[in-house]
This record gives sequence, C-alpha cells and structure tokens, in this order.
Amino acid sequence: MCSMKVVVCVKQIPDPAGNLRLDQASHNLVREGKLILDESDSYGVEMGLQLAEQAGGGEVTLVSMAPNSETSGLRTALAMGAANAILVSDPALGGTDALGTAKILAAAIKRAEPDLILAATESSDGYTGTVPVQVAELLGLPSVTFSKKVTVAGDKVIVERQTELGYDEVEVGLPALVTVTAGVVEPRYPSFKGIMAAKSKPVEELSVADLGLDTSEVGTAGSRQQVVSVVPAEARSAGEIVTDDGEGFQHILAYLERIKVI
Amino acid sequence: MTLNVIWVVVDRTGDKVATVSLELLSKARQLATTVEAVTWGDPSQIAEVVGAHGAQTMHSVGDLGGGLPGPAVGAAIADQVRSGSSPDAIFIPQTYNGRDIAGRLSARLDRPVLTNIVDVEESGSGLITEHAIFGGTEVLRASFTAAGPGLFVIRAKSFAAEPGTDGAATTDNWNVPDLASTGAAKIISSHVEESEGPKLDEAPVVVSGGRGLGDAASYQLIENVAKLLKGAAGASRAIVDAGWVPYSHQVGQTGKTVKPTVYIACGISGATQHMVGMKNSKNIIAINKDQEAPIFSIADLGIVGDVKKVLPQLIEALEKRN
Ligand SMILES: Cc1cc2nc3c(=O)[nH]c(=O)nc-3n(C[C@H](O)[C@H](O)[C@H](O)COP(=O)(O)OP(=O)(O)OC[C@H]3O[C@@H](n4cnc5c(N)ncnc54)[C@H](O)[C@@H]3O)c2cc1C
Ligand SMILES: Cc1cc2nc3c(=O)[nH]c(=O)nc-3n(C[C@H](O)[C@H](O)[C@H](O)COP(=O)(O)OP(=O)(O)OC[C@H]3O[C@@H](n4cnc5c(N)ncnc54)[C@H](O)[C@@H]3O)c2cc1C
Repeated sequence: MCSMKVVVCVKQIPDPAGNLRLDQASHNLVREGKLILDESDSYGVEMGLQLAEQAGGGEVTLVSMAPNSETSGLRTALAMGAANAILVSDPALGGTDALGTAKILAAAIKRAEPDLILAATESSDGYTGTVPVQVAELLGLPSVTFSKKVTVAGDKVIVERQTELGYDEVEVGLPALVTVTAGVVEPRYPSFKGIMAAKSKPVEELSVADLGLDTSEVGTAGSRQQVVSVVPAEARSAGEIVTDDGEGFQHILAYLERIKVI
Repeated sequence: MTLNVIWVVVDRTGDKVATVSLELLSKARQLATTVEAVTWGDPSQIAEVVGAHGAQTMHSVGDLGGGLPGPAVGAAIADQVRSGSSPDAIFIPQTYNGRDIAGRLSARLDRPVLTNIVDVEESGSGLITEHAIFGGTEVLRASFTAAGPGLFVIRAKSFAAEPGTDGAATTDNWNVPDLASTGAAKIISSHVEESEGPKLDEAPVVVSGGRGLGDAASYQLIENVAKLLKGAAGASRAIVDAGWVPYSHQVGQTGKTVKPTVYIACGISGATQHMVGMKNSKNIIAINKDQEAPIFSIADLGIVGDVKKVLPQLIEALEKRN
C-alpha cells in the first residue's frame, strides 16, 4: 500500500493523577476542567504515525468524543504528528455508555474512510475495554485486540496478539480495527515545531445530528443501565511495620511460618 | 432463585477451560435454575469439568478455522437470542476473548454491557452488579434498566470455582451465521512463552516486584523467592512498561487480579491501580524503603528496608531450610 489512511481513536480524560470522582447526583464521572490525552492512546497515535511512514506515506486522522468542544488532548496528538481531527461534542452526550460511545465513534470514523483504525485496549478512566470491538462490529470490520506488535504487509496487517499463554500471530486484511496495549511503542514527545503546527491543524467539530444519529440512542437516555449506589470500599487496615536492621527477613520467615506457607 | 436461565461463555486456555469460566459457572448455578455454557472448538474434552461446575448443557460454535472467537461466538449467541431462546442473563469472563465476544454481541444485539464486575447479587427479579472503581477505593453498584438479557462482563477471582457432583454437560452445536468480513482475522501461529511453576492467578504465593528493584536484572531476586515458596512472580505496571518483564506478569487494574494466601510486594509503592488487583489477598507482606509508601497501609507485615538487602537474606534463609 503506498498511501495509508489511519484513524486513531483518542479519548480526552480528566488527569488520572488528579482526583477522579463521580457526580453525586448523576453518578457520572466529573469531566470538568482541562482534559488531557489519555496516555493509553498515545501509543495508538505513535503506532499510527509509524505505520503510515512504513506504508510509504499516508496520514493519521484523530477521532474523539468529548464534552465542551474539548481539544487539549487532540492538540497533543496533533503536535505528535497527526494531520487532522474529528471531534464529536454535544450536550446530549453526557452519560453515554460504551455502546453509545461506539455508535458515535463508528459514525465519525466512517466519514474518514480509513484503511486502518487504531484504539487502545482500554481507556484509563472508564476502562470497559469494549468500545473498539463494538465500533468494529458496527462498521462490519474485522478486529484484532491486545496487540503488542503490528506490521503492515501490503494490504494486510500482521499482529502479535497477547494471549494467556504467550501470543498469537494474527493476519487480517485491511480495512480493519486493531487495539494496542501500553508500551508497544515509545510515544514521541511533541517538538516545539509540532506544537506550533498543531495550533492550526484542522479539527472538524460535529454534533450528534451531524452524524445522522438520534439523541435517544446516546447520552443517559440511550444507556439502559443505571448506577444503584456508590459507597466507600471496606478498608483493609495496616498491620505490623518493622524497620529492617538486618533482621527484617526473619520477620518475614516467622510470618510465613505462622500462616503455614513454610 | 431469581432467574430461570443464565448462559456462561466458557473461554479456553490452550485446551483447558479458563478458570474464570468455572468461577462464573459456579456463581450462575447459585442464581439460576438452568445454566448453559457456550464455547467453541471440541466441547467433548471439557464437558465433564463444565458439567461439574453447574452447566447442564454446553453449546459449541465448533471449529473456528483459525478465526478469533469474538465474531463467531458473538454472532451465534446473537442469533439464538433473536430466534427466541433468550436467557435472562449472559455471563462473560473479562478475558482477551471474552471482551471481544462481549463487544461483538453487544453491538449485534444493540444491548448494553456492564463490565469489570466483581460481584453479582439478586435483587427483585434481576441482578445488581458490583464494580471496584477508582482503584478499589469505592464500590459502585449498577443494574440494567431495559428488558432482554443483560451482558455481564465479570473479572476473574470474583467468585470461587466450586465443582459439584453433577455429571458431564450434554453438548450440541450452534450454527454460526455468515460473518462477512468481521470474521476475516486469522491466527497464523500460536506462541507459548514457557513459564515455570504455578500460574500467577492461581498460585497460593505471589511475589511481585516493582520499580524499587532498580533494574531489570534484579527481577531475578523476585523469581528466586517465588520459586523457593513454590509461588508465582508478579510485577507492577511500571516495570512491565519499562520492558523488564512481560505483560503476563502484571498485577492490577490493567493486569491480573490475584488472591493468593500471601502476596509479597517488593519495591512497589502501592498505587491504587496496583492495589485493586491484589488487596483481597489473604495476607500481604510489603518491603519498601519508604515508610510512607501507600502499600504499607494494607500490609499485614511491612518491612521498611532495601529490597536488595532483604531479599538476598530471605533467599539464603529459605535455601537453608529446603
Ligand atoms: C468507573 C466507570 C465505569 C464504567 N463502566 C461502564 C460499564 O460497565 N458499561 C458501560 O457501557 N459504560 C461504562 N462506563 C462508561 C464508559 O466509560 C463511557 O461510556 C465511555 O464513553 C466509553 O467507555 P470506555 O472509556 O470504558 O472505553 P474503552 O472501551 O475502555 O476504550 C478503549 C479505547 O476506545 C477508544 N475510545 C473510547 N472512548 C472514546 C472517546 N470518547 N473518544 C475517542 N476514543 C475513545 C480509545 O482508544 C480507548 O482507549 C463507565 C465509566 C466509568 C467512569
Ligand atoms: C489507567 C491506569 C491503569 C494502571 N494499571 C496498573 C496495573 O494494572 N498495575 C500496576 O501495577 N500499575 C498500574 N498503573 C500504574 C500505577 O499507577 C503505578 O504507576 C505503578 O503501579 C507504580 O509501580 P511501582 O510501584 O513499581 O513504581 P513506583 O511507584 O515508582 O514505586 C517504587 C517504590 O519502590 C520503593 N523503592 C525504591 N527503591 C527501593 C529499594 N531499594 N528497596 C525497597 N523499596 C524501594 C519506593 O519507595 C517506591 O515506593 C496504572 C495506571 C493508570 C493511570
């Protein structure tokens, strides 16, 4: 393939290092303030850029669904080298579940007519890990999840897919959807030039109606599941803490003896 | 019992049943009058163990011809549901294949999924699920609001696998509809990364290492202790991402959930995403040079010290005893 069009799904999320919390009333994750590029998706972006280069040309289009016309995370990925982005943002999308999200992403991805769609195996905030495969099914495409290595060979991709016992080598013709695990590639740091260029790269913003979808399929209305309650988990308390003075290992041995492990 | 029929997706590890599926079958048997298993490949090899864990019947979509289970199993289940033989709930293990099946099935049936479930309880005529969120610091309970079978994607170690005295499950075949290009991905070859000793999520002793080990070579200390205690070696994500050990060793939110008799955390800070995968261990021992490390807040025994000093001494002492 001489020119490959890659779509990378990127989720923009509240900083996981900060305090994630649920709204008391709606039980939805509070997504206010600045959102950032989910680190899990930085691997997909890097992979997309590398594969487009390997294919001898092509470009990476980002697709994201996020509240309040959020673009900070998109700008980070554009600064890494993605060419453009499609952002779906609509007040009707609050409380959308995984399937609703997949419907939105699938409709947006379709517009880009990609050869390859990349996503992370799971996001850092919701981590259902089902959205990408739902997207593939909605688009009628094959999918390979949990890949730790992806190579393009003509109009096919070869993927090393993680298994319980090791990995499977899986081959699939394009177009296809592939999800990547963390650490598959080393995401590049955006250069100063990249950051400047990202400011003027095109971000097309769409509403639910623009995608030809009905607002009853998405948002809280479309989600058909409810949170019953949220309570603090039972805390486990600390036990004995000793400072190692060269005899620390003896405490471990004694403990293991007491619980009959040795 | 609240429910009439639960279907349980039976995932396979090599030619064996994935343990998590036996856990789900055992739970389903407590909740429903009829439990049916859905699998792929040759069902005869596993009919006995699946039957013993509570399934009266097992449906197989047959040989996948190198295809991945997701599209075939998802489509076959969707067809059965649409043709009227719908169960009250479908339990799917949160494994690599299980997630693929759940995603395919959900989109085919236009049904929502609940994922990362760690417990299920009866409530009125339905089920309420429990999810450990924010690194297990909070418990969220949820339920489906629409009619039709709910898709429950459940994490390993949520229930005990308890074989009963029931005989082998009777088996039959389910037809797979035309998958068009959704089934186009084919496995060309399978690679087994040999590991000695018990499996991480089944071992009675788990010894895990983190960034505090300092370098990849020091992971050998972890492997040595694990071997001497006939346990398995685990890891934090920090050292998996750093490439010191393969992902299969990772414990935590994005890795495995373990519940051993004893978990020994060495040079691991105790991030919530790590703790959610191990805090239900019966006993927890932690070695960390920082006495403020969060891991100490859940440790039964904490050693404030250098892993590079404590572990070699522990190894020497254990070797002497053997
Ligand atoms: C703690 C918690 C638990 C939840 N549990 C459930 C549940 O059990 N069932 C359910 O239906 N919903 C659940 N949700 C809601 C769910 O997280 C949202 O619907 C979310 O929009 C999509 O799911 P995800 O982030 O889990 O996706 P995942 O399937 O984990 O995401 C995988 C990848 O898909 C791509 N992707 C996902 N979302 C987007 C996006 N908005 N824009 C671009 N790319 C994207 C990214 O590449 C991402 O890494 C939960 C939310 C929270 C906060
Ligand atoms: C969405 C998401 C999912 C994640 N999923 C997981 C997951 O599944 N599993 C997981 O583990 N993490 C996960 N993480 C990462 C997690 O947040 C932490 O970054 C990670 O667990 C830290 O690993 P660590 O404890 O080895 O390293 P650090 O946090 O760097 O801790 C190293 C510890 O070693 C101690 N130390 C240093 N030197 C020595 C010495 N010589 N002797 C003794 N102690 C020493 C230090 O005091 C410190 O406490 C996830 C993060 C996110 C955002």
